[in-house]
Amino acid sequence: MTVDVVTGDVVTDGPVNRARRLAEQVADPELPMLTLADLGVLRDVAVTADGAVVASLTPTYSGCPAIAEMRAAVAARLREAGFERVEIRTVLNPPWTTDWITPAGRRKLAEHGIAPPAAARDRHSEPGPVLIQLSASHRSVPCPRCGSADTEETSRFAATACRSLWRCRSCREPFEHVKEI
Amino acid sequence: MTDERDDHVYLSLAEGHDDGDARWAFGTGFEDPLYGVGTTVPDGVDAAQLSVVCAALGDDALIAAQRLAEWCTRAPELEEEVALANIGLDLLGQARMLYARAGQTDGTGRGEDDYAYQRGPEDFRNILLAELPNGDFAFCVARLLVLSCWRLALFSRLAGAADPVLSAVAAKGVKELTYHRQYAAEWTVRLGDGTEFSAARMRAGLEQVLPYLAELFAASDASGTDGAAVRKEVIASLRQVCEAATLALPSCDIFSSPPGHGRDGEHTEHLAPLLDELQSVARALPGATW
Repeated sequence: MTVDVVTGDVVTDGPVNRARRLAEQVADPELPMLTLADLGVLRDVAVTADGAVVASLTPTYSGCPAIAEMRAAVAARLREAGFERVEIRTVLNPPWTTDWITPAGRRKLAEHGIAPPAAARDRHSEPGPVLIQLSASHRSVPCPRCGSADTEETSRFAATACRSLWRCRSCREPFEHVKEI
Repeated sequence: MTDERDDHVYLSLAEGHDDGDARWAFGTGFEDPLYGVGTTVPDGVDAAQLSVVCAALGDDALIAAQRLAEWCTRAPELEEEVALANIGLDLLGQARMLYARAGQTDGTGRGEDDYAYQRGPEDFRNILLAELPNGDFAFCVARLLVLSCWRLALFSRLAGAADPVLSAVAAKGVKELTYHRQYAAEWTVRLGDGTEFSAARMRAGLEQVLPYLAELFAASDASGTDGAAVRKEVIASLRQVCEAATLALPSCDIFSSPPGHGRDGEHTEHLAPLLDELQSVARALPGATW
């Protein structure tokens, strides 16, 4: 049995589960409706024999500035909740793809007007060079507001590298899409 | 039971952090994008050679990213400005991880800031195409097309590299470079298959860029990839895009023009002024932190 140093409450679940739950609930700095667990960037949380918490994070894009923010937020959250020794590890392999976003994460994105990504797993799995798609066969992204399939991409990149800008021709609303990577 | 309020995530955001608080590279002490990644070099991998490859690929990315950043406030449309900046950000992220790996493996323990800010033009090993001045938007598109075709062909092979860090950086980069190439290819088609004016500009952009391909191809083998296969794949991609853009790809002779020697530290007169700007804060305030 341990006591939470912040609240004085008695903690009944094991330290690993509690540490994991705390880390999982940290919000993504760019898409705050998602937790790090929803986004799929929290790869592992473990507690070593001598009581240190080791949390493993993976970056979304190589240049994503949010990874440092996430690292600091997870470490701070765990320390504040009473874990004195916290180590954050970076995991690069396997690389993050949008397939790591959980069903709950996808639902939250849609609820906030951001069209979630479709499955990305086939994009790079075929042998040989990745082909350039130049035909007009671009997949349509359904509008997250009205559900219409009559949408068009207005910009491949948006406020962050992981999103693109779209416009719905039916309800006339612009929206963002977390693009498949 | 843990108090729900205690476990509320937003509490942590207002909290001062005793470490891990520095978020940005220069001046903040946050210098290790490979923080917590294993540093061992596998048996059979030449650490010095690995360091050279990582630093050179990092230099290509950093210099290309700086040129892309120069488009901020100058691009034809806001959307293109955001796209170019985001592409540059991806490359900057690749450069940071590659520099960190280079410093781990060459025995010096140098960090990313040492590579980016503490070296002169003669120490940079980037290919010359990356450092050429920006020119017009068509030149920007042509350069991005060539660089992303080549880097994608390299990285898709380096994803199988023996070093786990280089392999992971490359595998991650493949996904990003695929978007960069797609962006450049779509603009090449739009300009090439657009008006007479836009086609002429696009053709001129490609003609300026293509002579620098020879240096890229010469650098493929030194990066530990099958240079002939890389060359074949790059030319096939360029042919596909040029055909869709109704632009004739100039004859193959152009691919055999004498290669530049950026990989040996021999640069054009354009690199030094680029570094003057990139390194200006680091030079004016050495060791500054904030």
